[in-house]
Amino acid sequence: MVALSENVAVAARPEIARRPPSPAGDRLFRTAAFASALLVLAVLAGILGSIAYGGWPAFREFGPGFLVSSAWNVGREQYGALVAIIGTLVSALLALVIGVPVSLGIAIYLTQLCPGWARRPVAMTIELLAAVPSIIYGMWGLFVFAPLFARFVQIPVSNLVEGMPIVGTLFYAQVPSGVGVLTAGIILAIMIVPFVASITRDMLDQIPTVLRESAYGIGCTTWEVVRHVLIPQASVSIIGAIMLGLGRALGETMAVTFVIGNANRLSASIFDPGSTIASRIANEFNEADGLQLSSLMALGCILFVVTFIVLIIARLLVRRAKVA
Amino acid sequence: MNASPAAVSASAPGAPSAPAAQSWGRVRASRRSADKLLIVACTGATVLGALVLGSILLMLIVQGVQGFSPALFTQVTPGPGSAGGGIANAILGSLVMTALGIVVATPVGVLAGTYLAEYGRASHLANLIRFLNDILLSAPSILIGLFVYTLMVRPMGGYSGWAGGVALAIIATPVIVRTTEDMLRLVPGTLREAGAALGAPTSIVIRSVTWRAAQSGIVTGVLLALARIAGETAPLLFTALNNNSWFSPNLMGGVANLPVMIYQFALSPYENWRQLAWAGALLITVTILGLSIVARLVLSGPKGR
Repeated sequence: MVALSENVAVAARPEIARRPPSPAGDRLFRTAAFASALLVLAVLAGILGSIAYGGWPAFREFGPGFLVSSAWNVGREQYGALVAIIGTLVSALLALVIGVPVSLGIAIYLTQLCPGWARRPVAMTIELLAAVPSIIYGMWGLFVFAPLFARFVQIPVSNLVEGMPIVGTLFYAQVPSGVGVLTAGIILAIMIVPFVASITRDMLDQIPTVLRESAYGIGCTTWEVVRHVLIPQASVSIIGAIMLGLGRALGETMAVTFVIGNANRLSASIFDPGSTIASRIANEFNEADGLQLSSLMALGCILFVVTFIVLIIARLLVRRAKVA
Repeated sequence: MNASPAAVSASAPGAPSAPAAQSWGRVRASRRSADKLLIVACTGATVLGALVLGSILLMLIVQGVQGFSPALFTQVTPGPGSAGGGIANAILGSLVMTALGIVVATPVGVLAGTYLAEYGRASHLANLIRFLNDILLSAPSILIGLFVYTLMVRPMGGYSGWAGGVALAIIATPVIVRTTEDMLRLVPGTLREAGAALGAPTSIVIRSVTWRAAQSGIVTGVLLALARIAGETAPLLFTALNNNSWFSPNLMGGVANLPVMIYQFALSPYENWRQLAWAGALLITVTILGLSIVARLVLSGPKGR
């Protein structure tokens, strides 16, 4: 009855009748939203497809040996991925070893120690580190950090360990110029700190205050609360955050290209120059063609698969943690 | 859990009778020094982070400010070995490609985020898209460069500003999808129900109720995406490359842009090129940091969380 009387009222005074929203418009909007969401899938599939397609000639030419060959000879058309893979893994692992403790420290400072008035500005400062473009980190690493690093770390350490077994090869710089795999690792560490710190901070913030307070209540010190209550509670998410940082470190390009030295050789020393997958692609792609281009694409394909796996693990662990 | 129970029981017997200050004095020295160490280490880590940011800004200001002159904004990048010059073409090229990227990414990203929050919700497909979008969010940008190279540069027969814009759009989209969805989820369901109760179909509820309620959050997402793509270098290396003159109006051929210009000039042997790279680096960093600060202020404004 209500509907009927409405219709009557509208029919009697057509000027108050607004055009009813058309179902077609509703469906169109829904379709557009759906198509946009599908586009995300299409892009990801497109990335994998195009890189695999581009790298196929190299995989066919060199077979599985591509993964374990350390050759990279443009003249003789011999290419292998080993040096770049090792450089990528070593620099990323160094970044984690250096970056994770610092990130945890910052997260703990922000959630437990920082006075209330300073929390926002300090958090903002750390988050701004994430906004600095990677090329600026590269310039900072090459022009500011590398000379200091060479003078105060590489030269003294090289002199100290020269001739010693194991450490003598691991920490010996043949040319102490400041650039090298360790320098790249340190710059990467600085770049992943804001990401890992901000996720960890959010996770620590989500832990119920009651847990913390009861630990303090039985007489725990801040260290004991952090070590025995907070970290175990958030451990899975923290590992997820670290994996996310690893994903970033593996694929970072410009900063690494500036500071890693771009040498294609395997060296036992982390002070020596090396190269990563991303830095090699950035360096050579524009001048490459034929098999070299395809080998670079194949390197990209390996990088895609590795970062994809790392990021999947990370996301499963973090489960919708906030990422700025 | 090994240290604390023993320590607590050790200090417990004296605690009831002794004043509070004395019982704190009975906390084992090792526990107290571990606590001090934590405070020093955590504060140190934070100070270190702030110092790095400060040092980067200081470097840019010291090296970059002296490069600022009217010529920087009016002249094109000089050829190898020629004196003077500016970066006007790179600034304009960056603006054009970033704008192109945002103009493409914003509607796609907002619509996809809307689908996830309003239509797909917890369906399997929506969960999959959400998951893969998160992965795309942290995917190495150089791979996106390779993708667009295969997709556009090779078929079109050369580097172009269009390819650069598309590469930037692909990087910006997941950021916008993510923030849009998060912000729409914060809108209370009662608002949607109120809209639906007025007889409005879903699409109109979304457009005139939910979007409006989440406006500042969505704007923040776009600003964050803008800050993210403005400094991207790796994908532009294979798509737009660079150019020492004004780009052609149809954006074909190399298009000069700040990040690639900085990359090429900073490592060059020419003094004036390096100076231009520093000036460009200062310009781009100040812009991006400013954008990020504005984005955060928009979010935490009166209507923010």
